[in-house]
Amino acid sequence: MAGKGGVGKTTASATLALAAAQTGRSVLLVEVAGRSATAPMFGTEPQGYEETTVYDEADGGSVQIRSITPDAALVEWLSSHGFARIAKRMAKSGLLEIVATATPGIKDLLVLGRVKALESQSEADLIIVDAPASGHAIQFLQAPAGVKEAARTGVLNRQAVEVLEMLEDPSRCRAILVSIPEETPINELTETAFAVEDEVGLALGPVVINGILPPIDDLTANETELSPAEYHDLAMAAALRRSRLDLQATQLARLQQELPLAQIRLPQLFTTAIGPDELHVLAQAAVTSIEALEEWA
Amino acid sequence: MGVNSYRTLAAERSVIVCCGTGGVGKTTTAAATAMAAAAMGRRAVVVTIDPAKRLADALGIAALSNDPTIIEGPWNGTLAALMLDTKETFDDVVRHHSTSDKQVEQILANRFYRNISETLSGTQDYMAVEKLAELHASGEWDLVVVDTPPTRDALAFLEAPKLLTRLLDNPIYKLLISPSQGLLRAVNRAAGAVVRQLSQVVGAEVVDDAIEFFQLFQGMEDGFRERAETTLALLSADPTAFVLVASPRADTLAEAKFFLDRLGQADLDAAAVIVNRMLPALTVSTARASEIRDELLDTPSAGAATALADHAAAAAGDEERVGELLESAPDALVVRVPLLTSDVHDVETLQQIADLLLAAND
Repeated sequence: MAGKGGVGKTTASATLALAAAQTGRSVLLVEVAGRSATAPMFGTEPQGYEETTVYDEADGGSVQIRSITPDAALVEWLSSHGFARIAKRMAKSGLLEIVATATPGIKDLLVLGRVKALESQSEADLIIVDAPASGHAIQFLQAPAGVKEAARTGVLNRQAVEVLEMLEDPSRCRAILVSIPEETPINELTETAFAVEDEVGLALGPVVINGILPPIDDLTANETELSPAEYHDLAMAAALRRSRLDLQATQLARLQQELPLAQIRLPQLFTTAIGPDELHVLAQAAVTSIEALEEWA
Repeated sequence: MGVNSYRTLAAERSVIVCCGTGGVGKTTTAAATAMAAAAMGRRAVVVTIDPAKRLADALGIAALSNDPTIIEGPWNGTLAALMLDTKETFDDVVRHHSTSDKQVEQILANRFYRNISETLSGTQDYMAVEKLAELHASGEWDLVVVDTPPTRDALAFLEAPKLLTRLLDNPIYKLLISPSQGLLRAVNRAAGAVVRQLSQVVGAEVVDDAIEFFQLFQGMEDGFRERAETTLALLSADPTAFVLVASPRADTLAEAKFFLDRLGQADLDAAAVIVNRMLPALTVSTARASEIRDELLDTPSAGAATALADHAAAAAGDEERVGELLESAPDALVVRVPLLTSDVHDVETLQQIADLLLAAND
C-alpha cells in the first residue's frame, strides 16, 4: 500500500487487513516505518517488533501485525551471511552506514527480502505492507532492481532476483495506491501509478480513495424555528458541504478518466480518532465497495 | 522566545524553517511566509523541496535550480523562490571545500560519492540546510524560508549537517586512508579482513569505490566539519525560528506532536504552529447541532442539518486533537488556517494565506 503523506495510507492498510480477516483470511500487516501506527486502530498498544495478534475471529480470520525496520533487516541479513559475530559491532562502529551508503537500496531490498521470506514461511493468506510515503515508495520498490544492477553476482544479487520475482508476479503481489479526492493528491496518485507500473514493473490492484464525504442531494437551508446564529451555522455548513461535494465529484471523475482502475471508496468519519469501532465501519465500507467491483468481487 | 504575532516573526527573523510531515501544506505555508515578509518590504527567498507542479508553475520555478528566481508581484520588498537541486548543491559544496580541480573531478566521478549525493536518505535534508546557510551568509536576503523534506524523523533535518562528518568520524575511515603507517599496520590487517569479507557480500567494486572516496576526501574534512558546526549553530541561534506545519487529521497530528517533542529536546525554538485545513468554527455546540439534525429530520432542511451535525462533530474532533498537540508547545504562536475548497496553486490564493498569517496574533 502506497500513497502521499496525509492521505490515510496506514488507515487504509489497517482497513483492508480487517476486511480480509472478516472474510475468513489470516492477514499479516507489515509496517516498515518503525513505531506501529496501526496497533491503536485495533485497540492495542504498539508491541515493538514482535509479531502480535490484534484481531482473531473464531472461524479463522485474523490480523497479525509486525514491524520490520531497515536497520534490523540489514543486521539480520549480515548475521546470516558470514557476519554473525560482528554484525552488531558493525552497527555500533558505523561500518553499517558505510555498507548502506556503498550499496544504495540495500536496506530497502532487505526489508522486501524479509517480506518475501515471510511470504514463503508464514501461514498468512495475505500480507499487507504499509510502504513508505509516495516518493519514497518508488525508491523503496526500485531498490531490488538497483541492487541487482550494482551487485551482479553473489548472495545480494540472488536476494534481489528473488524479490523481483515476487514483485513482478501479479498472482503474488500487487500495489494498492491510496489517495483522497483532492486535486494534488489525485495528481500524485496518477503519477505514482504510472511509475509503479512502468518503472517498477509491479501490477496495480484497485486504488483506495479515503475520506469520501457522504453525498447529500438536497442541501436547502430554511430558517424555520432556528435562531439567527443557528441558521447562520446551518447555511454555512450546507454551503461548505455543497462546495466540497462538488470538488470531490470533479476529482473522482477526473481520476476515473486519467487512471481507469477500480476504486475502493472509504467514507470520511466525523470522529476524533480511528479506534476499533471506526475501523469496523471502514472495513464494512471496504467490503461493500469491493463487492460492487465486478473484476475483484 | 515566543513571539506574539506572525507579523513579528516574518518581520524580525532571518531564517524560518517550516517542518512537519508530508501532505499538510508545508510548501504553501513556506511560500506564504516569504510572501508576507516581502509584503513588509523585506528581501525574502523561499527554498522549496519537491513542490506540487501547479504551485511551482505559479511561482515560476518549474525546474530544479540553484539560484533564486525573482517572483514579480505587488509587494514592497523582494520575493524569490528556488526548487532545490540536491545533487548540484552537493557538487557545489565539494567544489567549495576542495583543494584542487583534479580532486573535484575525481570525487564527482566516484560512485560512492554519487550514491551519497543522489540517493542517500538524509542528503536532501543536508543540502536544504546547506542552501539555507549559503543564502543566509550571502547577505542578499533579509529572510530565508526553507521548506523541509517530508520525513518521519524531525532530527533527520537537524542532524543533516553531520551526515558526512559522521562517516568521517568512523574509525574504519582512518584505517582505510592510512594503508601503510607502521603502528597501524596490525590494526590494518584486521580491517583488511573485514574489508575482504565485505567484498564477498556486497562486491569488490563497491568496497573499492568506498575506499577511493575516503582517500580522495583527504584535505577536505576540516572544511566540512567547520561548515557543519557553523550551520548547526545558525539553526539554534536567535534569528532562526522553526514553524511546525500540521493538519488536524489524526494520523498527521500524532507525527506533528512527535516533531514538536523532538524540537524541544534539541532546545530549538518552535516559534509557531500552523494548523492548516481547519473547519470554520461554529457558534452552536456539537450537542445542539445534533438536536437540530433531529428536529429538522422531516423538513426540507434535513440535508443541511445533517451537514451541520457532521461539521460540528468533525470540528470538535479537530479542536480536541489540536489542543493535545499544543500541550507540547505552550509558548508557540498558534495559527489556524481554514480549509480551502480548492488547492493552492496561484499567487492570489498564496496572498490570501499570507494575509491570514499576518493577521494572526495571540
